[in-house]
Amino acid sequence: MNRSLLDLPLGQHAEIASIDCERRLSRRLMEMGLLPGTRVRVVRVAPLGDPIELRVRNYSLSVRRAEAAKIAVRPEGTV
Amino acid sequence: MSSAAAPQVLIAGNPNCGKSTLFNALSGGSAHVGNYPGVTVDRTSASLHLGTEKIELVDLPGMYSLTASSPEEQLAVDALTESNTRAVVCVVDATTLERGLYLPLQLIESGVPVVVALNMMDATARIGLRIDTERLSELFASPVIPVVATKRRGLDALLSALETQLEPSSEISTLQVGYPAALEADIAALAPAVARWRPKMPTGQHRVFALWCLLSLGEDSLRGVPDEVRQAAGNIRRAAAERGRNLDLEIVSSRYDWLDRAVAETCSVRGPSPSWSERIDRVLTHPIAGISIFAVVMFGIFEALFAGAEPLIGAIETLTGFMQAQAATILPPGVLQDLVVEGIIAGVGNVIVFAPQILMLFLFIGFLEDSGYLARVAFVIDRVMKGVGLHGKAFVPLLSGFACAVPAVMATRTIERRRDRLVTMLALPLMSCSARLPVYILVVGTVFAGRSLGWFSAGAVALFSMYTLSVLVTLAAAAVLKRTVLPGPAPTFVLEMPPYRWPSAAILWINAWRRLRIFLIDAGTIILAMTILLWALLSFPKSAEISEHYAAERAQVLQSASSETTKSEALQSLDAREAGEQLAHSLGGRFGHAIEPVLRPIGFDWQIGVGIIGAFAAREVFISTLGVVFGIGEADEESRPLRQALRDARHADGSPVMTPLSGVSLMIFFLLACQCMSTIAVVKKESGSWKWPVFLFSYMTLLAYLASLAVYQGGQLLGYG
Repeated sequence: MNRSLLDLPLGQHAEIASIDCERRLSRRLMEMGLLPGTRVRVVRVAPLGDPIELRVRNYSLSVRRAEAAKIAVRPEGTV
Repeated sequence: MSSAAAPQVLIAGNPNCGKSTLFNALSGGSAHVGNYPGVTVDRTSASLHLGTEKIELVDLPGMYSLTASSPEEQLAVDALTESNTRAVVCVVDATTLERGLYLPLQLIESGVPVVVALNMMDATARIGLRIDTERLSELFASPVIPVVATKRRGLDALLSALETQLEPSSEISTLQVGYPAALEADIAALAPAVARWRPKMPTGQHRVFALWCLLSLGEDSLRGVPDEVRQAAGNIRRAAAERGRNLDLEIVSSRYDWLDRAVAETCSVRGPSPSWSERIDRVLTHPIAGISIFAVVMFGIFEALFAGAEPLIGAIETLTGFMQAQAATILPPGVLQDLVVEGIIAGVGNVIVFAPQILMLFLFIGFLEDSGYLARVAFVIDRVMKGVGLHGKAFVPLLSGFACAVPAVMATRTIERRRDRLVTMLALPLMSCSARLPVYILVVGTVFAGRSLGWFSAGAVALFSMYTLSVLVTLAAAAVLKRTVLPGPAPTFVLEMPPYRWPSAAILWINAWRRLRIFLIDAGTIILAMTILLWALLSFPKSAEISEHYAAERAQVLQSASSETTKSEALQSLDAREAGEQLAHSLGGRFGHAIEPVLRPIGFDWQIGVGIIGAFAAREVFISTLGVVFGIGEADEESRPLRQALRDARHADGSPVMTPLSGVSLMIFFLLACQCMSTIAVVKKESGSWKWPVFLFSYMTLLAYLASLAVYQGGQLLGYG
């Protein structure tokens, strides 16, 4: 049921469900405004396939695939 | 310089929010750069007159929050709790309020008087964003001042708000985020331990500091936190986790809930217009166009450092030579003249010669960073760097290593985490820098002249192999260091991609110049001292016997009946031979003899040993030292007499010293060994201790020796040489 950021098609808006990285990284992501309920979308993938760029809270953030895989999302339009 | 007790105002802000621009605008570009105690982070400060008071303005490093897990992150909190900290100016990029207000919220919560500088207000109009700054001030219970730092707009209002905040009568902000009751209970439980730790802190702040401890402590490397606080915080965290609560999430989401409401109330909704930044990104991070542009930009930087700096470096060297010649005519011949000419002036020259490349590299990096492209460089190349456990931002320093390790080591500052920075600065001196090239050319010209390997000239193959090998060894060294000496999690890559902006030339220049000044003063003194030491090592003791012998020979020449030109040639040759013999007699020369048994297995003799000792000053000095050792006088890498002398050199058993095999061994030795005191000096400066440069020198020398040993011995077994 839960999907990660990696499963999201480019440009599709979604809501963050949970972040399950190691504590330091989760805390960092949360403090940069990625919280359960925050709207997010994947803007692009780097030319070599990794990392990916997210758009969240009107700014752009890039994270590696390994980390994006640990961010669970609910695509908009689904329940 | 101000005393420790001078009242200070901190400038805080996210990376890329224009904080340094505002700092420079307020301080008029005059800044003092020091170091925070215990960490290698620059502490940039300037004094500022505000009303009748003189305050110290301190530019904190860019940060997203006050939460800390390393000593580097801790310094912001330490600065905030210093007794002489009177207020904080928090710079916020008005176009990213939804995240940018998190830091000022945290600062205001801490109870210190805050002025929020809402920067880049000119950009909000372009994206159709309207902000009710008055209402925002009310909500934050602190002044919020719109500014445009690049155009110096709003600075007067900012300074007068700051002046008001500095008045002792000013009220402390009443902002209350409103945390869940369970969290409030946890905070109350930790507060007594915090109160015992910080008895001087006002009671109201113990609560806030307890909150900071709950969020920061655990798996951290923070300093000075008492065990009592650590244990108490750990117990509270564990108890909460057992009840299925995530304290980090509770704290951070309570703050963002508050912020989201504040933003909703004060900001108009903006349209979904893709900005021009977005459009640039479509090109610059495109699989084909993006990588091509990336390659062109990187090549441009490399070319500029490699070739563009050459005339300036040449000019500095000419000037140094001129000064040396002048000093030699003014001072009487003797030890003092030698000290001034070969010790002091040469040493100062050895320092200044790096100035063009340092200035250029930092102008480039400043441009890449301030324009926003450096984040894209990291984005594009991170995949490659990740493979060896490095951060995408390590690419520019590594590439710069091809030109010169000294500015490259300084460039590792763009890498955020200390561990990643250290790995990069300890691996990059293995990149084949431009000072190695003359040594390769001398060796290739000596042993490979006229030889070929298939269709290619042997020299070209050897040169190409050296550069390829250097890249491979650098990456391998980084991977090994990352797993052994500096183990730790792979660097996380959470990097904001700031919108593209046109950098201000003045700021670029101020920052590059600041970097250069720090290098000249800090690393420069070490380089100068080492130059003098090395000169002494290769000059003393002098043998009176050798001097007398050559004085007698000179007298003979002068009395002979030959022509003036023959005489002067003979005298010159005598001078060169005397210098060679004196060098052999010096401590350094004897040391070269002493280590010959160690050098023999890698194919070198004592003369090359002396050259290697001299080359510690800088690799290219190898050649001029050899010139002296062989009694030739001045020599460069193209010098025919030197090449001939090397070809004629024989071991005690009569076999030639320089064969293709020992030549390859010598090139490999120079590729891998840390024959560069300036690199040592700059690593000392950037790592903050002697431990790392000593380690760097040891591991590179050992690696070089073992690799040369394997090549030489292996080659002999296979029948080469």
